[in-house]
Amino acid sequence: MSETNRNGEVWVFAEQEDGKLSDVPLELLGKARELAGTLEVPVSAVLLGTDVGGLSDTLVAHGADKVYLAEHDALAHYQTAGYARALCELIGQHGPQVVLYGATPLGRDLAPMVASRLKCGLTADCTDLQIGDHTDAVSKTEHKNLLFQIRPAFGGNIIATIVNPERWPQMATVREGVMPLPERDDARDGEVVRCEVDLDGATLPLTIEQTHREKKSVNLKAARVIVAGGAGVGSRENFDMLWQLAGLLGGAVAGSRAAVDLGYIDADHQVGQTGTTVRPALYVAVGISGAVQHRAGMEEAARILAVNTDPDADIFKVAHYGIVGDYEDVIPKMIKAIHGGA
Amino acid sequence: MSYHCVVCAKQVPDTKNVTGEAMKEDGTVNRSALPAIFNPEDLHALETALQIRDAHGGSVTVITMGPPTACEILRESLYRGADRGVLVTDRRAAASDTLATSYILACAVRKCAPDIVLCGRQAIDGDTAQVGPQMAEKLDVPLITYVEQWLGIDDKTARARRNVGNGWEVVSCTLPVLVTVNESANTPRPRSAKRMMKYKKARSRGEVEALAKGLLEGDFDNYTAELQAAEVEKYCTALSEKGLLLEQWTLDDIDADLSWCGMSGSPTKVHRIQSVVLSGGQYRQFPATQDGVSELVGELVSEHTIG
Repeated sequence: MSETNRNGEVWVFAEQEDGKLSDVPLELLGKARELAGTLEVPVSAVLLGTDVGGLSDTLVAHGADKVYLAEHDALAHYQTAGYARALCELIGQHGPQVVLYGATPLGRDLAPMVASRLKCGLTADCTDLQIGDHTDAVSKTEHKNLLFQIRPAFGGNIIATIVNPERWPQMATVREGVMPLPERDDARDGEVVRCEVDLDGATLPLTIEQTHREKKSVNLKAARVIVAGGAGVGSRENFDMLWQLAGLLGGAVAGSRAAVDLGYIDADHQVGQTGTTVRPALYVAVGISGAVQHRAGMEEAARILAVNTDPDADIFKVAHYGIVGDYEDVIPKMIKAIHGGA
Repeated sequence: MSYHCVVCAKQVPDTKNVTGEAMKEDGTVNRSALPAIFNPEDLHALETALQIRDAHGGSVTVITMGPPTACEILRESLYRGADRGVLVTDRRAAASDTLATSYILACAVRKCAPDIVLCGRQAIDGDTAQVGPQMAEKLDVPLITYVEQWLGIDDKTARARRNVGNGWEVVSCTLPVLVTVNESANTPRPRSAKRMMKYKKARSRGEVEALAKGLLEGDFDNYTAELQAAEVEKYCTALSEKGLLLEQWTLDDIDADLSWCGMSGSPTKVHRIQSVVLSGGQYRQFPATQDGVSELVGELVSEHTIG
């Protein structure tokens, strides 16, 4: 367990696979800059793998002041034990005060292992992070400038703010897509710190016999317009109308969990707490009642248009525009209006 | 070669079916209004364990940590085929976060010396998926998360296909191992009617005590505390003789270091809880007529949202 190092940096675990960074570490760098600004400490990215040094520029351009780069043959393919060992070693050496991970399958596998070894706290699936003061309810001790780890809990019915006052580093996994991706700035300067890690590939417990990667067919996060349907759409065939509207708007089609469970649309199109979090310019919610779990994945959209027959549906409470009516009547009218160049 | 499996399961409030009554006026969660269920993915972990036992022999022990009412899921496990149920219950374990919980469960699991530890990927009340990996670290055994297909064991080497989000990988390792199991891994077998008949009367000591306490507070004039203790003892012995006494362990029974349990073992603290209450109603409504819809589309175009 590390001491509370007030001068400690804010770290972002730079998840990469096959030499490619995903968006989430870059999103986290944007947030990390904001947190580090308040704390007046540097932002660093931790990059583990083999032949991944070339990614350092991208990390710096998105906000890292420093990149801790550990390249080792045993880190070529992710497995929990090797990555956890390397990361714990670097945390032990440099004493960051905050370590952030993407709440990806990999991040959610790695972070708890690291937390357990360091005996520090970890909050999963945060949707926001802030810096603030906390007074212990029992001891009345005041802790200044802690990381507020904010996440939905209890199936999304409450929002909890979690702190980790004493056993540092303060660690959190953060949902993909909830932090805006900072603009790339190639004029930024950063330092690459090469690190040695004490690993032996032969001692790693797992043998990875076979890997299979699927190219993601839908990229909801990148869509400017999303037309999403819920249980109210009624069938897979009825979703055709949504595909037509989305096609016309150059957008993507998504579904609520209910729509996915009912087989109206495939699971990789799911928006919500257990699906993708999106923040498009326009989110058209068709026949979606607006359960908290769904809202958690879309309420950051710049514009939300809700179409629902039930005027009391919760979706209207997060909507900017609303039409109370049957989508089978409304959508053709929308298509007509768009065709008409209205 | 036979294998001993330990399944860690959790009784959780059914957060997927939260209704209006589940939230109190002040915005806090009314747990009593939510039905308590077997955490869904833990049922898939149990099924994997039962399949391992059916294929190779051995045993399946289900451990749960919680109040005595959590025995409900131990009985459920017995109905479905588990050999043994253990409740870890102790007031000093209250307010444990995932780190403290993983420590306590690891102490209990260690006592069973299993070949394979199985957990559901995550519990629906917290969705953290942290306790499994943290237990693997505490137990110092290899970890395989997100198992979507159990591929079997060959002479102490386990193989599984894990779902890594954008695909899958097949991994293998030497036992012992801790695995977390996804919903897609299998279809849990139903309860066996015969086993239900047999185990529906299975109780833990805590449940027997709660029952006796209820009697004590009732209308029984001569029912003293001594009598109550004697009754509890008698009843527990009778259950035990029939193989119906669910084991109940305290933190002392599992040799847990109290400083790593409960509040003191939990680095994370709750700073604030806010209920999700929608203030609502600030949207612009357009009529469902062609004119209304056209006006809306025009608005979206003029603000450069579309077009």
